[in-house]
Amino acid sequence: MSKQGVVPDDFSQPFWDAANEERLVIQNCLECNRLQHPPAETCRDCGAGDSFEWKPMSGRGTIYNYGVVHDCPVRLLQEDQPFNLAVIMLDDDPGIQMFSHLPGVPVDDVPVGAAVEVIFEPTANGQLVPEWRVITD
Amino acid sequence: MTTPTAPDAMYRNDEGLGIWEHRGKVAAVGVGHGPTSRRWDGRPETCVGAITIQALRKAIADAGVAPEQIDGLVVVPVTTTGAFWEEGKPLPMDVIESFNQTDDPLDGVAKLSAEWLLANMPELTNVQFTMYGPGCMSNALNVAAQAVGDGLTHTCLVVKSWHNFEGRYYQSGANVEDTLPGTAAITRLWGGPASYGTALQFAEYCRKYGKTHEMMAPFMENSRRNGLMFPEGYWAQHRPEELGREDYLAARWIAKPANLFDNDIPIMMSGAYLFSTAERAADMKQKPVYILNHASSNARPRSLTPTLDEVEAETARTARKIYEGAGITADDLSFENMYDGFSLFHQFHLEGLGYRGIKFGEALDFYQTDISIEGPNPVSPSGGNVGSGRSRVWMHTDCIQQLQGRAGARQVTGVEPEVAVSGGPMPLGGNFTVWSASPD
Repeated sequence: MSKQGVVPDDFSQPFWDAANEERLVIQNCLECNRLQHPPAETCRDCGAGDSFEWKPMSGRGTIYNYGVVHDCPVRLLQEDQPFNLAVIMLDDDPGIQMFSHLPGVPVDDVPVGAAVEVIFEPTANGQLVPEWRVITD
Repeated sequence: MTTPTAPDAMYRNDEGLGIWEHRGKVAAVGVGHGPTSRRWDGRPETCVGAITIQALRKAIADAGVAPEQIDGLVVVPVTTTGAFWEEGKPLPMDVIESFNQTDDPLDGVAKLSAEWLLANMPELTNVQFTMYGPGCMSNALNVAAQAVGDGLTHTCLVVKSWHNFEGRYYQSGANVEDTLPGTAAITRLWGGPASYGTALQFAEYCRKYGKTHEMMAPFMENSRRNGLMFPEGYWAQHRPEELGREDYLAARWIAKPANLFDNDIPIMMSGAYLFSTAERAADMKQKPVYILNHASSNARPRSLTPTLDEVEAETARTARKIYEGAGITADDLSFENMYDGFSLFHQFHLEGLGYRGIKFGEALDFYQTDISIEGPNPVSPSGGNVGSGRSRVWMHTDCIQQLQGRAGARQVTGVEPEVAVSGGPMPLGGNFTVWSASPD
């Protein structure tokens, strides 16, 4: 699927730089040692605003839930409708979710609860983006 | 005069606040609605500002007060969530020049300021208090109730309007660009429609409790039926079509398991109310409907989208706040009238309230029983957004009209309308008002 290209801004640059190196990093608050995603300027738990790291993740997770998108508002994705849109829970912290189109999984045949691993796919402008595939063995 | 946004302190977000200090001392009296339409046709007399003026004037007349008696105005300034004036598109100068303008040329066309309304309603000569309750009518109601209770205004108009333009909702701006800014891209590259998050929660609900999308059909039929008895609503005014079970189940998917009818239809509309102190309201034209409490939910999900556990915890917490501040229990609710846009989360509100003793996982079974306005357990007598189009207003109007005994063909007959609660929008993040036919 052809996702929109990404133009990293100052705030998100570390996330996208890591993706281009095929590494998954998630924002972590150094004050309370809590991951948060989506990233934010302040910690949604303790309120700290200036002590974050981008913490490497294992790249393993589980399919928590999914829907099937038949009417997508994003123009570039419309030619691929219908498509799966799943939510992945990270093994590092099941409270942290990431979206996935689950490449290779038939539409509406998603194995909820299955183990997945991160992969990286190019977007329309070549920026790599984290995606997830089912671990089959 | 520059209108401020309501401070956080005006909302009752926490548990343990006790009975609302103004319980029964603030009342809604007048109701007014502007005409609905599917999209703006470009004429001055149908722009969002114009229909808002109509709604406000109707609310004033309905309450039977002179315009100069009004000293407050609470406005929701944003009038859409998904229909935006395209950058670079020529401004509608003929429309703009038909009104007294503010510094923003799209004021009255794609947004609303209190200043614009006052500039175009010269009869409101005594408005000293203006405030924004951003978001929904539900927010604005909480702000207006608190403002009247606090003595910031004694006779206050509160209004929420929606515009809708040509083109498809949400399919503009960043969604049609080839690239996204990096921060937004972290969550938006995957293209979930607006109803996607609710669809996820509903899917998890069905898996956990062994329910199906098909079980929504009675609720949808009932909601459209009630909406067709709502003369202020879009479907009643323009497309008086019942929504049968087969129609509902055959509709195309938007974000499965949310289909077309689970997504509310964007429209133009305006709804307005006149609030006053209980003392002043006693002398007005309509029967006062007293406000027993207002409560808010400001919870956020831990990550991208609320889990079912988060939804259920928050709706239960919201219900505790609603009941605590009003000094009531679930047993006091005459009917259920929470928000429904999207339809697939209505059951979360209903279960959180514990309406008629319903527990988590039981609402879809409850939908298979008699939930009509004629029965003992009315659900969504307003018909909500399903019944009247996207507004987040209908349930409030309906609560007021039901308790005043003037809901017309929609009037509940299986129960005595005494106490109700309305609000929303989302299970995580909403504002709620408790209404009563009596100040006690």
